[in-house]
Amino acid sequence: MLQSILITFISAVFIDNFVVVKFLGICPFLGVSKRVKTAVGMGVAVIFVMGLASAVTWAVQSLVLDRLGLEYLQTLTFILVIAALVQLVEMVLQKTSQALYKALGIYLPLITTNCAVLGVCILNIEANHNFLISVLNGIFSGVGFTLAIVLFAGIRERLETAEVPKCLEGFPISLISASLVSLAFLGFQGLLK
Amino acid sequence: MNLFKVFKNGIIDENPTFRLVLGTCPTLAITTSAINGIGMGLSTTAVLIGSNIVISLLRKFIPAKVRMPAFVTIIAGFVTIVQLLLKAYVPALDKALGIYIPLIVVNCIIMARAESFASKNPVLDSAVDGLGMGIGFTIAITLIGSIREILGSGSIFGTQLFGEAASPALAIILPPGGFLIFGLSIGLVNLITKRQVLKTGCSTNGGACEGCGMPCPMEISEKEGE
Repeated sequence: MLQSILITFISAVFIDNFVVVKFLGICPFLGVSKRVKTAVGMGVAVIFVMGLASAVTWAVQSLVLDRLGLEYLQTLTFILVIAALVQLVEMVLQKTSQALYKALGIYLPLITTNCAVLGVCILNIEANHNFLISVLNGIFSGVGFTLAIVLFAGIRERLETAEVPKCLEGFPISLISASLVSLAFLGFQGLLK
Repeated sequence: MNLFKVFKNGIIDENPTFRLVLGTCPTLAITTSAINGIGMGLSTTAVLIGSNIVISLLRKFIPAKVRMPAFVTIIAGFVTIVQLLLKAYVPALDKALGIYIPLIVVNCIIMARAESFASKNPVLDSAVDGLGMGIGFTIAITLIGSIREILGSGSIFGTQLFGEAASPALAIILPPGGFLIFGLSIGLVNLITKRQVLKTGCSTNGGACEGCGMPCPMEISEKEGE
């Protein structure tokens, strides 16, 4: 058990990193990575939603879709469940914890259309994970996302003072730096057999 | 509105990949070969045309408050149709594109067009807009796919180009190559057209930002930075 948890952790965070290896969640990765502080905020919100969404979609899949033979409605159901979930979390946070709402609130609406969240839910089902591993995989994938986005934000903060050819300014140079982050993560390939 | 202009807009002036920089996830993930690019591009085009038509037809009936969930449901319906069709008729492509097929749902090109075009324009215009944007996306990712396939596996559409002796640069079809080639190709397009993509992701100049109805990530990072 412990071993499979450890394997899930290492593969979700390092080997199959959601952003730089699987290319999921690229929009927030490029959009919210200008400052390390905001990157951390976004990361925490993503970890939270990915863990929660993994749990809820696992339950929906095994308790509703599988039993009724409606597997083909997976995509439709999951995206609606995630959208409702994010909305619910936002409302609960607003009512219960103002501090937490202030910290995460602005990131939550962005997360609905984050393909990393829908991605991890579908991957959990495809890989036939059990409930615990699904939730942990969601959380750990979020940790991987956070690691990548924070590292990248660090690079971008320095990039601001760098001299960049005119045609590569802005978006292209960000992608080229992301390629270097991705190259670093490639080093973890083969860590697990 | 001039239909040809709407069509051309999607392919050249507001190319979703090179100009608006939308739908970056599939652009990076599946462009390891040219054929994957075509497959992904056409699947997205089909969803885009379908959702644009239906959303345009329903634009007077969907209340503004619940338009986002309504759009998402319509888009997800078309994605499911495409997913089932691919599974039935082109299983090889379905396998190659894998999880990125269901993820067409969250491709921001589709949501952006629904919000900024289809929900405001008549059916025919919306269908043509979907076709133009879809073809623009297809051309762009097929181009990137071809570059990566030629450099990374020394072939194009599966045909070997250089023979046994040459060893291709494998890194180009690995993830870092995806970022690198995409970045360089936007740079190249900027250089040729002497224009620039100034903003990234959701907050692009194509009205996608007002469109998506969400707080702009760029604004967030600037606000926080103060």
